[in-house]
Amino acid sequence: MGNPPVKVNPMGRYIIRRFLWMLLVLLVVSVVTFLMEHALPGGPFDREKKVSPEIMANLNARYRLDQPLWKQYFQYVSDIMLPHITTAPPSGSVMDDTLITIQAGNLYFRWMNFGPSYKSKSRSVNDMFREQLPVSMQLGVMALLVAIVIGLPMGILAALKQNTLWDYVGMSVAILGVSVPVIVLGPLMVWILGVTLKWLPPTGWGAKPPFLLGLFPHSLTWDYWKYAIMPSFALGVGSSAIIARLTRASLLQVIREDYIRTARAKGLAERVVIVRHALKNSLIPVVTVLGPMFAALVTGTFVTELIFGIPGLGKYFVTSISNRDYTVIMGTVLLYAVFLVISNLVVDILYAYLDPRIQYK
Amino acid sequence: MAITHRARSGDAVGGSKHQRESLWTDAWRRLVRNRAAVIGMSIIVILVLTAILAPQIAPQGFADQAREDHDKVPEWATQLFPTMAGYARISDKYLLGADYAGRDLFSRMVYGTRISLAVAFVGPLISLLIGVTYGSISGFLGGQVDELMMRFVDVMYAFPGLLLIILLMFFFRSTFSNAEPGTLGYALNAMDARFGGMLFIFIGIGFTAWDGMARLTRAQVLSVREKEFIEAARTVGASDVRIMFRHILPNIVGPLVVTETLSIPGYISTEAFLSFIGLGVNPPTPSWGSMISDGAQALRSYPNQAIFPALALAITMFAFNFLGDGLRDAFDPRLRGTQ
Repeated sequence: MGNPPVKVNPMGRYIIRRFLWMLLVLLVVSVVTFLMEHALPGGPFDREKKVSPEIMANLNARYRLDQPLWKQYFQYVSDIMLPHITTAPPSGSVMDDTLITIQAGNLYFRWMNFGPSYKSKSRSVNDMFREQLPVSMQLGVMALLVAIVIGLPMGILAALKQNTLWDYVGMSVAILGVSVPVIVLGPLMVWILGVTLKWLPPTGWGAKPPFLLGLFPHSLTWDYWKYAIMPSFALGVGSSAIIARLTRASLLQVIREDYIRTARAKGLAERVVIVRHALKNSLIPVVTVLGPMFAALVTGTFVTELIFGIPGLGKYFVTSISNRDYTVIMGTVLLYAVFLVISNLVVDILYAYLDPRIQYK
Repeated sequence: MAITHRARSGDAVGGSKHQRESLWTDAWRRLVRNRAAVIGMSIIVILVLTAILAPQIAPQGFADQAREDHDKVPEWATQLFPTMAGYARISDKYLLGADYAGRDLFSRMVYGTRISLAVAFVGPLISLLIGVTYGSISGFLGGQVDELMMRFVDVMYAFPGLLLIILLMFFFRSTFSNAEPGTLGYALNAMDARFGGMLFIFIGIGFTAWDGMARLTRAQVLSVREKEFIEAARTVGASDVRIMFRHILPNIVGPLVVTETLSIPGYISTEAFLSFIGLGVNPPTPSWGSMISDGAQALRSYPNQAIFPALALAITMFAFNFLGDGLRDAFDPRLRGTQ
């Protein structure tokens, strides 16, 4: 006998623990990437024509590349992590361009300086985050929407009409869907819809920076959609097949549970049984894949951007490596890693919310 | 004696040797009854033969070029892609046309089969080798070691996969190509050059693809570890190594192989993706990915150059998906349609 021990809010503790773990993971990711990029032979200022040693020394000094590696790393991390409170207004130089700048009276709160790009001298990594990242994000979000809008109904239909023509056709289409990667579907769509039928513009993107709230396009007219339809479909269709198959499997399992029989026995309408009881529970495994899927879609836009000529971040990542543009490489990898861990965290929390049986440990 | 015998062949079915064999034959029977899986297997057999007999099938070498024949298309292709009829130069010498450098598309596609299939078979081998070793050590030892090893896998998971593999490919290509003769880097680079750039693709995929397999193996080991037949084996004095190899591994190998088969299309598309962005095979070695990339440059004028290799890639992935699905259904019919 005795009172149960006082419980600290387990959800809160869980989130804090996960958050600390997240920081550790990001630390490891950043160290590994930093070491790897600096292990590449050559540097950002190598040209076909040899630069004189004096200029090279100057350049290296300006970008702190002459310092020991560990010092460079700590400088880099502290520029990002440590907020900077100052009375001096932002100079507008690419060297101290911060992602977050808040003005209060004559005090400036400035945070997250991802450094200048070594290759494009007039741009900072934050400029890329402001101009290219939103495009990749929009593409990723729309691809995810495509995946859900196609995949979910298809999976539900296939499960409810198991072993009928609906089921077989739906699941065959799903296998087809996972078998056509973007590099196959992309050129096919450009050729059919863009070049032959001329329904949609084969390349380009319908929104330009600056973006609304730093992320969204200013207007959602046809001029925007006509560019977005093909790439988001090409990118999202593979994921829609995954969602369809998972939804089907999960729903089939749930329909056979005892509580569904109970719901039916109570005399509930079939529609209520399916929607309120079966669907809600069957979506739990689907939700868990959405997080990593979203992260994969946003970070996996390279090929889509290349094929459809979209000015997103993915295109710059590959060139940044061959240019040894250290800050751009680090910035992109870190950003995507943050994205990945946060979407996993959100999913875990959502997961626990959807299924009360799950305990936080 | 009776106990050891049971333990050795101890299966989920937990029966005698006869029953365990029938699990596999059962699975095989279900597999060949599955029409889609049979189609998949037939396509894969054809592809394997194509890859082996490439020099016999291909009318030309993959690097043979006749510059004056660049971008030529056969007669029938202009009917399939009517926009080309106006300007394309016709030559029926090339079955599917010639590429921008005057190389036979068909021959290059035939040789390209080798790359995709090599990745389809070597990728899973590497992933299984690393993943199963890692996962079974972690699951078998348990405790602190297990905790530490799994945390490392968690960190691997947080790496954006595509970015990591791109970085790795750059690292291999630029670091090892400058290596001094006599060093490991030099040897690796020479070997890679002999394989047309495939070695580094394998290493890159191996580095990034084992973590899921490690998690799955660990989970499987944990679920089998506490079973009675393991205890029985331990009671009669079987060593850890023996328990691992004779009692645990044979019981979990089914689901592992099935999962790995399902990830083959992923490896194929990763290679195609790497070659597409120019980090895959070394030119002039043909890969479907690099052919699509070359063809996409001229997609508006010569669609045949991108679309034929793209179809080859899609059909191959289709075949492996069908086979993987069929295998999973055959091993566990309850799972039909999952993942």
